Order: sequence, then C-alpha cells, then structure tokens
Amino acid sequence: MSLVNFTTREITCKIVYYGPGRSGKTTNLHYIYSRVPESRRGRMVSLATQTDRTLFFDFLPIDLGEISGFATRFQLYTVPGQVYYNATRRLVLQGADGVVFVADSQARQLDENIESLQNLHGNLLELGVDIRALPLVLQYNKQDLPRELILAPADLDDALNFRGVPSFPADALHGRGVFETLKGISELVLRKLAAGSPA
Amino acid sequence: MTTALNPKYTFDAFVVGAGNRLSVTAGRTVAETPGSAYNPLFVYSGSGLGKTHLLMAIGHAAKQLAPGLGVEYLTLDEYVEAFHAAIAAGHGDAFRRRFQTVDVLLLDDVQFLSNRKEMQAELLRLTEALQAAGRQIVLTSDRPPAEIADLDERLISRFSGGLVVDIGPPDYETRVAILRRKAEERGARLPPGVLEAVAEAPFGNVRELMGALNRLVAHQAVSETPLDPATARRILGLAEPAPPGVAPAEVAGAAGAAAAAPAAPASGDEFGDFLADVAVTVGKALETWRAQVSEAILRWEGEGYRVQRLRALFEQETPAAVDEALAAFARDVERLRALEAEVAELDPAAAGDSVFRAPDRLAEAEATAARVREGAAPPPGPSAAFPLGAFAVGPSNQVAVSAVRAVLEQPGRKYNPLVLVGKSGLGKTHLLHALGLELARAPGAVVACLSTQAFIDELIAAIDGNRVDWWRARYRRATALLLDDIHLLAGKERTQEELFNLFNLLQDKERQLAFTAPAPPRALAGLEERIVSRLEGGLVAELQEPDREVKRAVLARLLAPEGGSADPAVLDYLADRPAESVRALAALAQRVLAAAAAREAPLTAGLAREVLEGRTPREGRRPPGPRPSGLVVSSLGGVKSREKMVWEWRDPAQRVIEELR
Repeated sequence: MSLVNFTTREITCKIVYYGPGRSGKTTNLHYIYSRVPESRRGRMVSLATQTDRTLFFDFLPIDLGEISGFATRFQLYTVPGQVYYNATRRLVLQGADGVVFVADSQARQLDENIESLQNLHGNLLELGVDIRALPLVLQYNKQDLPRELILAPADLDDALNFRGVPSFPADALHGRGVFETLKGISELVLRKLAAGSPA
Repeated sequence: MTTALNPKYTFDAFVVGAGNRLSVTAGRTVAETPGSAYNPLFVYSGSGLGKTHLLMAIGHAAKQLAPGLGVEYLTLDEYVEAFHAAIAAGHGDAFRRRFQTVDVLLLDDVQFLSNRKEMQAELLRLTEALQAAGRQIVLTSDRPPAEIADLDERLISRFSGGLVVDIGPPDYETRVAILRRKAEERGARLPPGVLEAVAEAPFGNVRELMGALNRLVAHQAVSETPLDPATARRILGLAEPAPPGVAPAEVAGAAGAAAAAPAAPASGDEFGDFLADVAVTVGKALETWRAQVSEAILRWEGEGYRVQRLRALFEQETPAAVDEALAAFARDVERLRALEAEVAELDPAAAGDSVFRAPDRLAEAEATAARVREGAAPPPGPSAAFPLGAFAVGPSNQVAVSAVRAVLEQPGRKYNPLVLVGKSGLGKTHLLHALGLELARAPGAVVACLSTQAFIDELIAAIDGNRVDWWRARYRRATALLLDDIHLLAGKERTQEELFNLFNLLQDKERQLAFTAPAPPRALAGLEERIVSRLEGGLVAELQEPDREVKRAVLARLLAPEGGSADPAVLDYLADRPAESVRALAALAQRVLAAAAAREAPLTAGLAREVLEGRTPREGRRPPGPRPSGLVVSSLGGVKSREKMVWEWRDPAQRVIEELR
C-alpha cells in the first residue's frame, strides 16, 4: 500500500491492532470511535460472535481531513485474538503501515502475550515484511486492574519489549492511554514518510 | 396536528459555545435560505443539549425572515400518530400532500424510526419530495443517522447527504453563561462564585444544569443566609474542587451527571489533540523539498526512468541543492530522450537498450548512440555523374524534364510519386539521378537513389543479417526515395510489401518519391495492384525517342574535342541518322571517333559518312555479329541492365568506352 500518494495528494495509513484474545483491541477502537466526531469517522464495521468476541476483524476508517494539502485517512483494524483465526490475522496484517500490539497486563496472561507476539513475528515473516522496518508500539492494557493481578509496565517491557519500541500503559475501557497509543504509532508511521515513502 | 413553536426557543435565547457553534451556524443558515444550503440538516446530540430549542429557533427565524413560509414542527411520534390517523380515516393521500407543501419541516426525535419500516418508507418518500421541490427539512435525533437501529440505508444516505452536525456538551464557560442567563430569567440573584461552582461540575447536559440551578434557587428561597460556593456544592452533592491539574476522582453529583463520561481522559478533545499532533508530524514529513523529490521520483519512475539518484536525496538530513539536483536529473533525462529518439531512427532495436532509461549512465548512453551512429550508413545516394545540366532537353523529353523541374520546386507536394517511363537508353536513369542530385542540395536532405535491384539485394542482406529493422530505419530517414527500374520488383513479394509500407510512410510525410520504368505502371507485369495504383496516383511522364534537337545536343557533347567544339557538319550529318535511343546515338558517335583516331585524322562529315555507310576501314576490334543488347542476367535471377551500373564510373565518356570493350 502506498502511504503517500503525491498524485492524488492522499495519505492513507493502515494501522492494525494486534494481540492475544480479550486483550482489548476492539475496546481501543470503540473508544476512539466514541471520540471522533461523526463527520470524521466512517461506519465502524465490527464482526463479532454472540459473545462479543471479534470473529473476523473490526475496521474503523477515520478521516483526518486535509493536512498540509493531503487528504489524510487512517484505517484502524483489529485482528481476532483467538488462536485459530490465524489466516484472518495474516490477511488483516497484509499491507499494514503500523502495528499496535495490545498486551493484556494480567500476570496470568503473560504467556498468551508472548505467544501472540511470536505469532505476529511469524505472520509478518510469511508476508515478507521486515519487522525491524515496520512501525510497532506496545500497549499494556488493563492497568486499571488491582495491582496484585497485573504486571507493572516496566515488568512487561522486560518480558515483551525486547526491541525497545515505544510502550504505553492503558485502560482502554475508560480511554486512558488509548489516544496516546494511537499518537505513538501514528508518529512512527508518519515519520517513515520523511525517510521516503517506498512506492 | 403540529405543535406550535415555543416562543421562548429562539436563537437569541440560545447560548452559543464551542460545543454547539457549528450546529447553530448551520441552523441560522438554513433559516435564512431554506431549501438551498444544507438540505436536509440533521442535528444530533445527547439528551438535553438543545436540539429542540435549535429546531424551534430555526422555525422562528425562518418565519421572521419570510412570514409567508409554511413552517411545521412536530416530533416523529406526532408525525406517526397523524399518519396512522389519516390512513385510518382514508385520507392518506391528503396527509402526504399536506406535508409535501410545507416549506420548512422540522422533525424532532427521528431516532424513534428504529424498526418502523413503513414509517421509514413514508419518510423517505416525503424527504425526496421535499428535496425535489426545494423545501427544507431539518431533523434531530439523539444519535447519528448511521446509528439509528434498522434504519433504511437509503434514509441514512439521504440524511447524511445534507449536513449532519452534532451538539456537544457545553464547556465550562458555556455552562456559566447558561446558568447566568437562566438565573436572570428566573429573577434569582446568586452570590458571586456560586454559579461558577455549579458550572465546575461536569454536567453532561443543560437540563441537568437547569435542575441544579433550580435546586439552588429553591434552597435560597427558603434559607435566611445567602448561598456561598461551598454550600452550593454541598447542596448539589458535589465534591470540593480538586487542586489544578488533577482530574477529579469522583465527579458524579447528586444530579447523576457525568455518569456516561469516562473518568480517565484529562483532555476534553482527545481527537482534536491527536489531529494537531498528526498535522505537525505530517507537516514535518512533507517538507516542501521532500514533496518535490517524491513528486519527481513518481514522475520519472512512471515514465520508466531509473531514479536511484533521486532516492539518494532522501538520505540527506537537510536539503542541499535539491532544486539543482532535480534540474540536473531532468536535463539528463532530456538528453537520454534525444539520444533514444535519434537511435530509434537509426536502429529501432538499439533504442530499446535500458541504458537510455538510466540517467546515471548517461555516458554509456552517449557511447551506445555513437556506435549506432557509426553503424548507420545513409542509404545509397544519387550519382554525381548525372547532373541535370548535362541532360539534353528537346521536345521528345520536354514533359519529363518539366515534371522534374516542377518536383524540384515543391518536393513531395506537386507530383508524388513521379514515374519516368520510356524505353531503355532514353535517359530515365540520368534524369532520375539528376533529380536526386538536385534534391540532395537541400540542407539536411537524405536522398536514397538506387536501382531497384540494389534495393532488393539490400533487403535480402538485411533479412539474412537479421537487421531488417535497421534497414527499414535507414530508408525511413530518407527525405526522398528514387528507385530506378521499378519493374524489377516483379515477383519480389517481400520487397513489394516493404516498398508499399515505405511508400505510404514517406508519402504521408510529403517526401518525394520517384521511379523509372520501361512502360507505364499498368503495363508492368508482376507488380501488386496496391503498388501499381500508387505509382499511377502521381504523375507518369513519358520519354520519347530522341528528336533531332536532343540528338544534336548529345552529339555535341560527345564529339567535342578537348577545349573545342565539334564540326557542325558532322553534328548535322549524325543527328539526321536514325537512332532510337541516346545510347544508340552514343554508339554511333563512338564509332566515328574511333575511326578518326585510327586514321589520326580530324573527324569530318565525309569520314563519318564513310564509316557509317559501308566504305569504312576496319576500325574496331569488335567481332562481326549482332551487337550485345546491353542487358545481362543477374546472378539473383533478375534481368539487370548493364547501363544501370554506370554511376560507379565517374565520367560518362569512360563508361561508353568500357561498354565498347
């Protein structure tokens, strides 16, 4: 996907929220959706099971309007977290300009986080994407849970963030850290513009 | 059926703040120019933020500006009720007509359209009718169209097709302003700081704010002591204000406000902040010079040029001479284009070389072009042995010579093609080459002038060497193509095909074509009709047997001794002798010259008569018998006239001697 199209003067960023099941990817999108003025957002497409688990993916287009003369659009996607939907995950991941890895801060979910992160690496590898070149941020969600249940951001950094990418503690349900995360990934993605957008 | 507009709900009574400025502006615009600006106008907001007030204000303002306007306000429920009643009474059509003639229809609370399919269809019809008639429709709802459950897609698109605006919750300042105005309306006087304290509570809507104000007013009415901010907060169950910078942990008051608002976010407009941040990042990324370079990359890459050199510019931190680099790149591309075009003319196959797409390898491209240039010999040109001035003109060839002169005046335009027709030895070849020589004088002229046999041989060699493209390109460059003995094309299908294409191409470009043939094109056997018709399409000029004038002129040139002129008596005698062609005449002249040389005597009329009329001494080494025809059979199978090879000899006189040997 071309990030910047100088001919049509458009910037389109595809950002994928990745992470284990129930880590709060869809919640992130819901919060963003609730904060974006109606005129700026498209319909949020959410395909969920009866128990509200994401079955296919969520999609939220946001129109940021004209920035520096470029019509700027963000497309936010989530992948289904459950292990058995890997084909869908890979499909959604295709052409992503940036990835937000939403980790579940609960201590007992650490293995799921690591597994999902490995799954992300594996899928990117199969898509022929160099993960070192792909903008990535980590979000440690559910930091609002009681201390004894969760790992502190520093511990999570130790466990997950071996690449040293930006990480954000969050409470997506109430919105804390949601926009900080989105800003973080946007900045990384857009900064790639400066390095020359590969067509 | 419709509700009267509440006189209190006007624009003047509407406190405008950041959250509702857009919707109020849109509302005013609609009231001023109903049906033309935003149609439909769809206003949505949470409960108690002023939708109904705005709707009625639009009605008031529209009526005030144009008292004749038909303005109707009703809630969706009222509309549904009225519709059902009308249907039950059998007045469905009258109901529809009535609403279709309303100038400004104000419909409140349309979120109740959920799951009412028949009403949705009815409303769709009404919206379409009103829009088509240029009548205004304003709708309000507690949620955007797309979120009204089960709403018909067509209605969503209709509603979204005008303007969809939301009314946001009032900010602090607006809350204070609203409280002041309402307190004033109620005639309540509250001590300073009280209203501000109330406003500090993040009430999500104005109704709740009014409820809070009412409680304070009521409290003050029964209390002896004036209210202070702390008491006010206590009455309303509000927490003490938190120190600045720290978000209140628990803000929900007795009024139950703010329950919907998430507690964590500190900023009121997270999206706005995000947008500002993104704008800064994009702005940096799209610095003008980067945009310039990217555009250049996109352009040149799109045209198939290699752009690594431009990509390398991105590695610079700061722009250094970007304009110059781009200009240099463009210059190099221009040069490559010129080289490629030149090479394409000379050798189309070579033009495909990738080096012509790589501005970084300009030097290589120059070298390639130079190689092609060397290899591309121009097509064979006319022989210098046949100047036009040496061509003897008389009545017998006057037409052909005039045609040649006309062609020279307007090459490619007047007679194109020119076909010179006549028996062998009448000077067709001379005239053709003379034409070629004259045409070649023009600057930049590339005149291809050769025998058809040579043309065929070249093509065969090109096919053999797999260089047909190159061969074609060579002739396509020609500004004139003159082919001698076109009849030799007979049976040469491939050559006819190539000539046909070349002919069309050159003729389209108004380049002169000329041919010679022993007979008019129609009479030539073995030529394809498409070639014949093209030859006939120009001018076919015939050369006759030489008349006396021509003969005399030819003889004068042949017999003139070095530095002098021939004896007129000899010229008269010989010119009167029968000679069917100039060539025969030349043979005649040669015979008498040889006899004179053998006798070492001057050439006189008597000597000539003696030689030609039988009493001749044996002068030649030629054995008795029939004279050779001058025709030889070519190794390639075609019949080739020996005469046609003459331009290889510089001097015509030498040529005659050669032939006699």
